[in-house]
Amino acid sequence: MSDPLIACRGLCHTYLRGTPMEAVALDGVTLEIRPGEIVAIIGPTGSGKSTLIQHFNGLLRPTAGEIRIAGEDLWAPRADRRRARQQIGLVFQFPEYQLFEETVRKDVAFGPKNLGLPSETIAARVDEALRAVGLDPGRFGDRSPFTLSGGEMRRVALAGVLAMRPGALVLDEPTAGLDPRGKEELLERIAALHRKGMTLVLVTHSMDEAALLAGRIVVMDAGRVMLDGSPHEVFAHEDDLRRIGLALPQAARLVRLLRERGMPVSDAMTIGEARQAILAAAREMGSGAH
Amino acid sequence: MREPLIEVTDLRYVYHPDTPQAVVALDGLSFSVQSGEYLGIVGGNGSGKSTLAKHLNALLLPTAGSVRVGGLDTRERAAVWEIRRRVGMIFQNPDNQLVATVVEEDVAFGPENLGLPPAVIRERVGEALAAVGMTGFRRRAPHLLSGGQKQRVAIAGILAMRPVCLVLDEATTMLDPAGRSEVLETLSVLNRRDGVTVMLISHAMEDLSDAERIIAMDRGRIVLDGPADAVMARADEIPGGRLGAPPMVKLARWLREDGLRLPEGVHTVKALADAVAAAAGLSPQSDV
Amino acid sequence: MELTRYITVGQYLPRSSPLHNLDPRTKILATMALMVTLFLIPSFAGLGLLAAGLPALLVLGQIPLGYALRGLRPIAVLLLLTVFLNTFFGGGDGGRTLFQAGPLVATEEGFRRALFVGLRFILLVTAATLLTFVTSPVELTDGLEWLLRPFRRVGVPAHELAMMMSIALRFIPTLLEETEKIMKAQMARGAEFSQGSILNRARAFVPVLVPLLISAFRRSEELALAMEARCYRGGEGRTRMKELRWRRGDLVAGVLVIVASTVLVRLR
Repeated sequence: MSDPLIACRGLCHTYLRGTPMEAVALDGVTLEIRPGEIVAIIGPTGSGKSTLIQHFNGLLRPTAGEIRIAGEDLWAPRADRRRARQQIGLVFQFPEYQLFEETVRKDVAFGPKNLGLPSETIAARVDEALRAVGLDPGRFGDRSPFTLSGGEMRRVALAGVLAMRPGALVLDEPTAGLDPRGKEELLERIAALHRKGMTLVLVTHSMDEAALLAGRIVVMDAGRVMLDGSPHEVFAHEDDLRRIGLALPQAARLVRLLRERGMPVSDAMTIGEARQAILAAAREMGSGAH
Repeated sequence: MREPLIEVTDLRYVYHPDTPQAVVALDGLSFSVQSGEYLGIVGGNGSGKSTLAKHLNALLLPTAGSVRVGGLDTRERAAVWEIRRRVGMIFQNPDNQLVATVVEEDVAFGPENLGLPPAVIRERVGEALAAVGMTGFRRRAPHLLSGGQKQRVAIAGILAMRPVCLVLDEATTMLDPAGRSEVLETLSVLNRRDGVTVMLISHAMEDLSDAERIIAMDRGRIVLDGPADAVMARADEIPGGRLGAPPMVKLARWLREDGLRLPEGVHTVKALADAVAAAAGLSPQSDV
Repeated sequence: MELTRYITVGQYLPRSSPLHNLDPRTKILATMALMVTLFLIPSFAGLGLLAAGLPALLVLGQIPLGYALRGLRPIAVLLLLTVFLNTFFGGGDGGRTLFQAGPLVATEEGFRRALFVGLRFILLVTAATLLTFVTSPVELTDGLEWLLRPFRRVGVPAHELAMMMSIALRFIPTLLEETEKIMKAQMARGAEFSQGSILNRARAFVPVLVPLLISAFRRSEELALAMEARCYRGGEGRTRMKELRWRRGDLVAGVLVIVASTVLVRLR
């Protein structure tokens, strides 16, 4: 069995240590992400999600505990953290705010250039990445990123990370601020990347989004992992989730309410599943459907 | 019928008129808003909703048509400041509307601009902070607040000018769920308890669950204008396709196609649960 | 990275000392008077007396000595340079020669002048930093606005300057946070900020500066719109919630400063 791609053990992080404003963001996180998985990390604001993912590519140093990428301790004396930044592509929230180059092509090339790749490779990578996010290099390549719409700029920023060919993509609230159609399109693109083999870690506030995409959900609270399992396993803990301010996806809540009324509806996470479950239950009860 | 608070007539707005980059953002809008209403305006990116918002307090002036606030025309230069006092606006980015280094001074900014005496300003600041539940944060620095708290301070800053209407231009779009629910709760209280007219602009239907009436926009035109339930139920018919129907609306429609008898206008989880249970012949749930 | 750890704008120490509670205008005027006095004092005796009075001010302002001395660190090099130049090149007709090293001649007269200038320099810097220790940036802005108001007649935009300073202060922490975010985003794409020559490091900052500037422009546009929406139209007709008020302490301080200055300038 191969090494997990990302493995942290007892990971702790305290901000502003030694000052009166000291704050514990991570309080012993133990977690593994295996190649090919698609994992949603969900939790209320302040649970430490954003802090956690910055450890995955060595942007933050743990105050205690261990973080290994592809089996290698990131903070061992001779560790190569630059390689971790290539292997784990981190996309921050509102990534369009990091665009700076004169043309889309140049901005997307920033990552590969920093990796020291030869220019033909860089050009190829740029085109490949732009196509992966649905932007035609011919139409968009030479435009200034600042003339694009917000959604297009976000896709350019995503392409900028994809151009480094990471093995895993870690996205912090990728759909923040987008309208419903924009959210749908972006999530579909991300899912397509996963189908092609990309490991995905999605930090999100939305249980509905997590239920839609993720094979595994990690729930964080106050710097610790509270729940870690399949969506079905996690949603079984409705009370715990509600306590920390998270609601079940709407479909799951609907099914709960119906069960309370005595309708034998099986578990559902998405509205598609809810439709099937409700119809099955109605047929079983033999009334209501004509 | 009472004189409407806000009256928009054949409003047209063109960005960069008479140039090759001219864009028609608003293409002949007409509607009116009564005092005390809670109105939601929904539309995808590019529908013109933010452009419309800026016409309501004379930040933009019409290319054609008119906007009247309490009888005052926004094109009248002398009336602009009174219009802006009456129609307060809260913007999308919580940070980029807080001007002072301390919360109470920011809330005082509006009244200071109105030239009110210091004692009156102090009183208004206290009232406004209490109305949004932020009294304990008076002396805090804005950058230490959460998104939802910043927006509530922004709302307080408007309330201190004693407006008759609050216009929120995508003010919940950048907030996390907790912040969003804080702001929506505050608006609901202000509308129900204090009779403040609220116009909430958003691309998320879920934000509009407290609205009584919803206007849907697409490409500079009004495509739907009616009671909230009715509009939400038809959300995926809105042209442009940038909005989805709320999940429960979609599910209700599917279930109706499958033969379940469900009433129209169902858009919340609880309402749909009640409707499905009723359709399945179960007795209504007793109040818990 | 936590850049906010490194920022204490103007080194203000929040306390409630008699100095802190003085009106900011008093403190600004007193500091200005002190600086003028320093240039008028003719003798060591005067400087010495003033220097002796400083610890009293530190105690009154509840400023720890170590904190105050650290404020002098940035000027240490400049100070030494001043003393050196005056010792070897400022002598005039010099008097007795103290020390000679080739063409460099250190005269007694030169050395005495060097000490005088050096001491005055230290006292000037201390006076300025003391002002920032006991007056918050917001108060300084308010005080300066009031003091600049009479100059509006000759075209000084007092209100606008004060508004600019106040908004800048409000956004410094926000901009620092944003800088950190952008740096991290670029580091995630392989950027390095702490390696290579000075030229390389400067170049490495372009991917941080450009987004920051663009964001700053956008912020200012949005902020201006929000201010207009709140009926802002410049300083005309505008009132202030917080009013600066003279109190008894200000009168006492004012009198003390005038008396002390007069005495020190006269002392030979």
